[in-house]
Amino acid sequence: MSSIKIELREEDVKRIKEICASFRNDPQELINVLHRCQEHFGYLPAEVQEVVSEELTVPVAKIYGVITFYSFFTMTPKGKHPISICMGTACYVRGAEKVLDEFKRELGLQVGQTTKDGKFSLSSLRCVGACGLAPVVLVGDKTYGRVAPDDVKNILKEYEQ
Amino acid sequence: METMKLTIDNKIIEVPKGTTLFKAARELGIEIPTLCYMELHDLNIENKPAGCRICVVEVQGRRNLAPSCATNCENGMVVKTHSTRVLNARRTVMEFILSDHPKECLICPKSGSCDLQNMAIRLGIREIPGTEIAKMSTYRKDTSPSIIRDLDKCIMCRRCETMCNDVQTVGALSAINRGFMAVVSPAFEQNLEHSTCTYCGQCVAVCPTGALTEVDHTPDILRALADPTKTVIVQTAPAVRAALGEEFGMEPGTLVTGKMVAALRVLGFKYVFDTDFAADLTIMEEGSEFLDRLSRHLKGDESAKLPILTSCCPGWVNFFESYFPDLKDIPSTAKSPQQMFGAIAKTYFAEKIGIGRKDLVVVSIMPCLAKKYECQREEFSTDGNRDVDYSISTRELAAFIKQANIDLNNLESEEFDSPMGESTGAGVIFGNTGGVIEAAVRTAYELNTGKKLEKVDFMELRGLEGVREATIDFNGTPIRIGIAHGLGNARKLLNDVRAGKSKFHAIEIMACPGGCIGGGGQPLHHGNSDIIKARAAAIYREDKKKILRKSHENPFIIKLYKEFLGKPNSEKAHHLLHTHYFDKKKKFIVKQ
Repeated sequence: MSSIKIELREEDVKRIKEICASFRNDPQELINVLHRCQEHFGYLPAEVQEVVSEELTVPVAKIYGVITFYSFFTMTPKGKHPISICMGTACYVRGAEKVLDEFKRELGLQVGQTTKDGKFSLSSLRCVGACGLAPVVLVGDKTYGRVAPDDVKNILKEYEQ
Repeated sequence: METMKLTIDNKIIEVPKGTTLFKAARELGIEIPTLCYMELHDLNIENKPAGCRICVVEVQGRRNLAPSCATNCENGMVVKTHSTRVLNARRTVMEFILSDHPKECLICPKSGSCDLQNMAIRLGIREIPGTEIAKMSTYRKDTSPSIIRDLDKCIMCRRCETMCNDVQTVGALSAINRGFMAVVSPAFEQNLEHSTCTYCGQCVAVCPTGALTEVDHTPDILRALADPTKTVIVQTAPAVRAALGEEFGMEPGTLVTGKMVAALRVLGFKYVFDTDFAADLTIMEEGSEFLDRLSRHLKGDESAKLPILTSCCPGWVNFFESYFPDLKDIPSTAKSPQQMFGAIAKTYFAEKIGIGRKDLVVVSIMPCLAKKYECQREEFSTDGNRDVDYSISTRELAAFIKQANIDLNNLESEEFDSPMGESTGAGVIFGNTGGVIEAAVRTAYELNTGKKLEKVDFMELRGLEGVREATIDFNGTPIRIGIAHGLGNARKLLNDVRAGKSKFHAIEIMACPGGCIGGGGQPLHHGNSDIIKARAAAIYREDKKKILRKSHENPFIIKLYKEFLGKPNSEKAHHLLHTHYFDKKKKFIVKQ
């Protein structure tokens, strides 16, 4: 599990403590607390887990166990422009995997990773409900339909500056 | 009380509501096989994640098979524990577990005492389908000063997790990831060495496979014994003599003190000494420190902090350094008996036999895995030469004896060497929970009151309850004593101390349930707490046999102070026999 050493600012620590307090620092509420923390930080770096551990008196190993068990939680920060490729049935049969491979090649990333400059992150998801546009790619809030591997370079170019 | 009446394997049984099928069957003499379930009744320890699925049984009218460890008995249930369907399912589950387990039993350190291996034999597994085509999941090996984690052999029974979290409240280990990637690991998949692990070894003591084992130091000892320039001496902890026999087929609770001494001599140790000697020494130092703090405290001196906490147990020391560093000036500064022994051996004794400390190799036989780490702590070395060079567990000693073709059963008993083999009954009981404080009371009472103690057996300090307390009358002054074994119980007493609510003058803490007799380096109890009770009884028998039962009456301890140390807590004693503690509250380092 890769992670980046960060230093929490005082207001971050305060925010985590507030979140924990809003759940009465109840160890049973760990998953809810982690949801709220990920909402706030975008991901759950080790330092956030340590503060949660102190507040809820849950060993940090347990928290790490929960985070690595549920795929929703992540310890890797999302990029400024998170890219999601739909791998639902419709997109898949219309070549989504080739599109994904092209993104991987262009960015030098695996699914779940983020570029060193923090600009792009790559993930795959299941069905965004736009099967008529298959294969579908999302970059941030923007949707691209009928994407072919050849389009990938141009899509990335839009976000270059 | 509400009861449930049901039929298991055609036998009718009535049990209290809430009893599991597994326990009900056991009452009928039916041992349902399991890999993950574990219960140590007297110590209040239970692990039932219902994870291994080996214990499934057929319940009439129920569609799927039921895990008996996690299914409660109900009225009118008809249960079969060995129907064809059950046996087939059990076999399939076992085959799946084995398909992702290394097949290197011949060279596995757990071979012969492995629950998984025994289960494969019991279930008559003769082949593992799919081994040619299936790829096994794999995980890196992690070696710490005391414990090796070889997670390819982990079957996710979660016993270690239960011990580490629920019993010890250390929280170093947790199940992480999922599916084939699932393993038990410290936070952020750090090595054990960088986690909050105390090396108490309770995870190793309950691991059913070779996933958790101790670091084996016998090769180092073999090398030292073969070196003609070295004089190799050995010390044996009290709990070892009460358990070693188990590895040679003897009944639990058999004392093998004399045979063990004889075996060590055959192995080639030049002097066979006893950690009990150093335990007596510990009482002199710790007892004096206690009396000093007590008398100052009673006079109203606020710098004299009470309660004093014992400091013999390295797992416990690691625990408070990690979790209660703010209280690190409360424990006694006395070193553990292992380290006191090393310090005296490498100065007083080396001088006596006319050799330098570098030519003297001190080996310890311990029921403990944390002792391996303890002897490697930097503060216990002089010029890079350790006071105790190597520490091996009771299990390692048994293996060592077997390798050397020694038949322990048929050895004639021998006596420890003098002077560091001479000890009192007080030194022996260090192996049991409550023993250190009982030994301390025997001496402190006489030193404090100037009166002879007529009754040396303090029954009120004995037993297996997790937290115990007793008040001992010191000639009109009531001395309140607390005892905890298992780090989870210790935490309860420590929280009180931190909150300023503790009413005790002295507290004894041992990291392992039962004390050293239940240590992480002892022969495996395989979930049978009767074994631990038998060992405890053996220790008290050994104490009873001794003529001298108070540490300060040990003539060789008296001589040591006269010839070498001066008096307890003298400057020299402080230099050699006392230590200091560190703030080890974990700051997690996360790699880029």
